[in-house]
Parts: sequence; structure tokens; C-alpha cells
Amino acid sequence: MPEKYFEIRWHGRAGQGAKSASQFLTEAAVEAGKYSTAFPEYGAERSGAPMKAFNRIADVPIRIRSGIENPDVVVIFDDTMLGLPELTAGLSEDKIMLVNTVMSPEKVREKTGFKGKIYTIPATDIALEEIKRGIPNTVMIGALVKLTNVVPLEVVKEKVKKTFEKKFGPEIVEANIRAVERGYQEVKGDA
Amino acid sequence: MPTKLAITGAAAVAHAMRQINPDVVAAYPITPQTPIVEYFAQFVADGVVDTVMVPVESEHSAMSAVVGSAAAGARTMTATAANGLALMFEIVYIAASMRLPIVMPIVNRALSGPINIHGDHSDAYAVRDAGWIQLMSENSQEAYDLTIIATKLAEREEVLTPAMVNLDGFITSHGVEGVEILDDEVVKDFVGQWEPKYPLLDVDNPITHGPLDLFDYYFEHHRQQQEGLKNAYKALPEVFAEYEKISGRKYDFLDLYKMEDAEYVMVVMNSAASTAKYVVDELREKGIKAGLIKPWVFTPFPKKEFLEALDGRKAVVVLDRAMSFGKEAPLYSLVKSALYEAKERPMIGSYVYGLGGRDVTPAMLHIPFEEAMKGELDPNEERYLGLKE
Repeated sequence: MPEKYFEIRWHGRAGQGAKSASQFLTEAAVEAGKYSTAFPEYGAERSGAPMKAFNRIADVPIRIRSGIENPDVVVIFDDTMLGLPELTAGLSEDKIMLVNTVMSPEKVREKTGFKGKIYTIPATDIALEEIKRGIPNTVMIGALVKLTNVVPLEVVKEKVKKTFEKKFGPEIVEANIRAVERGYQEVKGDA
Repeated sequence: MPTKLAITGAAAVAHAMRQINPDVVAAYPITPQTPIVEYFAQFVADGVVDTVMVPVESEHSAMSAVVGSAAAGARTMTATAANGLALMFEIVYIAASMRLPIVMPIVNRALSGPINIHGDHSDAYAVRDAGWIQLMSENSQEAYDLTIIATKLAEREEVLTPAMVNLDGFITSHGVEGVEILDDEVVKDFVGQWEPKYPLLDVDNPITHGPLDLFDYYFEHHRQQQEGLKNAYKALPEVFAEYEKISGRKYDFLDLYKMEDAEYVMVVMNSAASTAKYVVDELREKGIKAGLIKPWVFTPFPKKEFLEALDGRKAVVVLDRAMSFGKEAPLYSLVKSALYEAKERPMIGSYVYGLGGRDVTPAMLHIPFEEAMKGELDPNEERYLGLKE
């Protein structure tokens, strides 16, 4: 078989930042010397409508351009979506689900019926504490890096610094770096 | 030193435009071309280009403004997609017949109706006879490279023909991946200073542009446009070679993938070729001699190159991302026609795929190869990949 790519599928609602998070991850992966693609699946663009975004990451150039059907990881931004069949579609039991929620992994399992590894992180709460805004992106990326190590944590933090210092002051940069770190440290699973 | 940036295809094209530094850009935003215009407007606002940006009220006006500006002698660009291109249509022909070397990225999107914002090639095909050069890109890197190449090619004196650079809507335009951006100075030197030979603003040497041209000379002017495209065909290898020198990236009429000993060949344009290359690799691992041809140049159509590449193969499957209602699909009919003089004609089959942005999966792209290997191709039947029937 040709090279396999590491594949991530993001589920969120339009406007919550899943697309930006997937783009950010690809930027960090390219920074780390890997090949990566990120692309959203757009419907009609309505704020709040369920949307998907995709990442592929590999050590070889990435050829496949289609949507990800069998992800290695599913990342869910919004726990009100739990139970939608597309969240677990094509996600096999040896793979990972990561959810932004205050619920326990057991509760998520109950709602989704997913039998593989489930991890949760209250990313919106952490974002509110650290960044003072409920934008879960950087926390979710921290958690994702902990679970998969697709991009080294240091590269992600460096990239956060570079990206945010263009637009914001040092306080926001520091807050986002803390958000990444807390995502990394506080993500928990039921295994 | 070239810089590798993780950016969208739209941003990559906007960077090419920034480095080309056109005198005038007149554009009207339309999904999925919008981010190109947004990024470029930012460059204008930041003062990093010398461009006069003309925000017009429609695409018909955009192309009209662009024609006026190019006729005046300015290096001129615009960009559009689908219905925007359809609204431009009247002036698209005029730009070509006035021999104005305008460069226009087209972010390929399905023409309405029903209304759809996603990628297919119905827009590119709709203007295939308009007299423009049409270059086709598989990914963001190619969209960037071909925008620069198109400028150099269009402005050559023996060519003086406008050029479109096609990139797939959303898949390429909104997808993020690593793109190598050349140094500004390198691109600046490559495209050089545009010195129009017949600018309207040269009042000491007055000329006429776009007059009434009836049965007396209309025919001759069209014959000259044909010559411009023939000259573009001759100039392309030279421009590609020059670009390879500055970038290290090699372009040609056709991107030949694993074609040396290929028996079963898929012909497909733009981003789907990327997924198809993966499928070719999968088949190769099973010992099947699969190969792929992806045209980088659609107009002037590289007929001779297709004949050389396909003569003697066992089977050819041609994929089109648009229909030609009541006729054979455009790329298929051209490839089939190129094989008229083949010594050993391969079996051939036509497949329409991905209309309105329908996802193109590896499993879907295995089907034409499987049917070819079973000897089940029918040259007179149009087949559909991923259609719900």
C-alpha cells in the first residue's frame, strides 16, 4: 500500500473555530517539517450549522483530496452534537474520540455509543478562564497533541506565539499558550 | 531563498499576484474566488503593491474595466468563478480578440443551476472556445506557479493572448497546505517589466482598438487569434524551462505519472488527479501497470502530446468534471479525437465525476481502472462515478 496518512476529522458548528483549528494544526505541522493538508467541508455557510473540517499529516506529500471517511481521531467541538450519526461514521473501535465537554467520558460513550477510546476536556470553560473568551481552539489542540503527538507541543506553542503576536498583545499570547498547556495536561479518558 | 508557507490556494494565488505587481486589478467577489480578491485588496491597502484596485459593481464591469486598462497599456489582472465568469462572457471573447494579455485565475465552481457553490469544471469548459490560454492546476503550488507562468506567456509578443489559471473551488482555493513561495525579486525579474507595444495611451502613435469589423476583416482577425494560440503552444516549453530554472519545478503540457510502462491510463484534470495518483500507486503495488495523465495545459490543447503518450496503451479512461449535454464530455471528446491517428488505438471510456463538488474518493477512482482491466469499456457510453441512481 502507498503511505498511510494520519487523518483527523473535526466536527463543530459553523463559527466555533473548528476550521481555524484544523488550519492552525496544518500550519504547525508544516512548521515541524511534515506534509499536511487542512480543508473544511462547507455547506451553505450558516452560523451554528454542523460542519466538518479535515487534516491529513504525513512524512510524505499528501495526495488524497477527498473528505476523511476513516479518521484516526474525531474531534468534537460542541457536545450538543453528540448522538449525530456522522460523528462516529467510519470511526473504528481502535481509534480515538476527543470531545469538548464537561461531561465524563462515560457519559459521552452513552450518548454516542462509540466503543473506542473517549477523551474529554472542558475546553470552553478553560478558554473562558484563560483567554476570557469561549474559544476552545487552542485548548483542543493542546489536548489533541497530548493524545496523538502529531506535532510536538513545543512547535505548537511556538506557532501560537507567532500567530497571535501579529494581532494581539503579550497577554493574549500568554493566555493562549496557557490554554494549550492546560489542554495538554487536563484531557482525560475513561480507559 | 524560497519560503515554505502553510496557506490556502487562494492566498498562494494572491501572493503570485503580489509578486507580479500588476498595474490594475478590477474584480468582483464571488465564492469561492473571494479570498483571492480579499488577500490582494489587503496587499493594496498595505501598500506592498503598486496596483490600482478597481472595485466594480459586477463581473461584466470587471472584465470591461480590465479590457480598457489592458488596452491602455497596463499589466492587468482579475479573478472570478462560475456565474461570475458567465456574466463576463461577452467581454471574455472581446479581451481575446483585442489580443490583451490579461491573466485571470478561475476558481472552478459549478455553473448554476441548480445553484451550487462547489467545484467542478463547467465554468472552464464554458469558455474553452473564447480564445484564452487555459492552464490547469492540481494544488496550491501549481496554482501559484502557473499564475506566474501565465503572465510571462501571455505577454510574449508573438502570443499576446489572455490566460486563465484554473484551480478547484474549495478543494484548492480553501485548502491549506505547504506552498513554496519564490523570492519577490526572482518573480519580478522573471515576469519583467511589461512594455506594451500598442498602448492606447501612446497618443503619438494613435491606434484603433475594438472597432466594427464586419465581413471585411473579422475572419482575418480570428485567423490571427488562432496563430496567437499556435505561438503559445510553441512558446510554452521555453517558458516552462525558464520557470524551472528559477523554481526547480518542472512543468510541461502533460503531467505524466508512472506512464513509462503503463497499460491502463487515467486522464483527469486538477485536484482529482492528486487522489488518482494515490490510486495509481495502490494499483502499482498490486502489480497492475496503471498510469495517469494530467494536462497542465488545456488550451492550446496538447493533441500531439496526448497521441504520443497514449498510442499503443491497452486502455484509456477519461474523467470529466462537467457534462456537455447531448454531446460527449469535453476532455473525453478531445482525447478521443487526438487518438484518431493512433497506430494502435487503445480501448477508451468516458467517466463524468464530482459535479457540484461531489466528493471524489479513491474507491470511486478505482472503478474506471477495474472496468478497463475487465475489458468493459464502451467508447460510446458516458458513465458516472458516485452518482446516486
